[in-house]
Amino acid sequence: MEEVVFFAGAIGALGGAIAVVALQNPFYSVLALVVHLVALAGLFLTLHAEFIAAAQVVVYAGAVMVLYVFVAAYVGGVEEPEWEPITGQRFLAPAIAVALFIELSIAILGTGLKAIGNEGPTIPLGFGSPEAIGTLMLERFLIAFEAASILLLIAAVGAIVLAGRKVPDASRNVHRTGPEEASDIGG
Amino acid sequence: MAVEWYLVLSALLFATGAAGVLLRRSPLVVLLCLELMLNAGNLALLAFARSTGTQDGHVFALVVMVVAACEVVVGLGLIVAMFRRRLPLNVDEFRGLKG
Repeated sequence: MEEVVFFAGAIGALGGAIAVVALQNPFYSVLALVVHLVALAGLFLTLHAEFIAAAQVVVYAGAVMVLYVFVAAYVGGVEEPEWEPITGQRFLAPAIAVALFIELSIAILGTGLKAIGNEGPTIPLGFGSPEAIGTLMLERFLIAFEAASILLLIAAVGAIVLAGRKVPDASRNVHRTGPEEASDIGG
Repeated sequence: MAVEWYLVLSALLFATGAAGVLLRRSPLVVLLCLELMLNAGNLALLAFARSTGTQDGHVFALVVMVVAACEVVVGLGLIVAMFRRRLPLNVDEFRGLKG
């Protein structure tokens, strides 16, 4: 049974990932990424990471992807020119990716770790539950938790700075002359 | 399922994301491919958490999701700012960071 779920999830995740790279329309790429994330959440369930799977679906496939859909609809389709800064880049890039996969596979399968070849130990009840992760996060990984919250705060401030439109104040509107004002309109 | 299946799948997803980052020019799709790579890392973390029977990998995966959310916020903000300034949405045009 677990094998069926694993291979179904793997096909979904890999198909979604390839579709993200291959599809030309960014909007369809975003939808393919949603498929990828949901399939990946199924794989997380087979690994007994129930809380992470739920967070993946709610936070990632839900909230973050809605943001992507909004921006994809706002920006619209982007035509990608034929011109390449590095000659043969479209053949070089997949070759590098294949080389990366082969290297990672050699590193994974040739490792000396004893835990690799089996399914892992029998896990206690409540493994991967919100209670266990919350306890771990607020006790052992408290500094990581606080650092993550500060990072979120910085990102929120950065987003406000990036999206901020300059407020036209009254004093500048009186003597608005010349083309130097034009540079502010876009931002 | 043995853990190495998950690890090989994670490597495959990571390589797919890397290919996308190298191939595509649209900054939006490059961000999507970065998400693919981060999620491949998450899968490997959770597979190792399962194989060792500890839950530290779950906390790591949550922190990776926080980092991905921050990256999305700043990246999409940059894309919208580029679009509003009518700059070309092509990562090859942005080789210099000035202006």
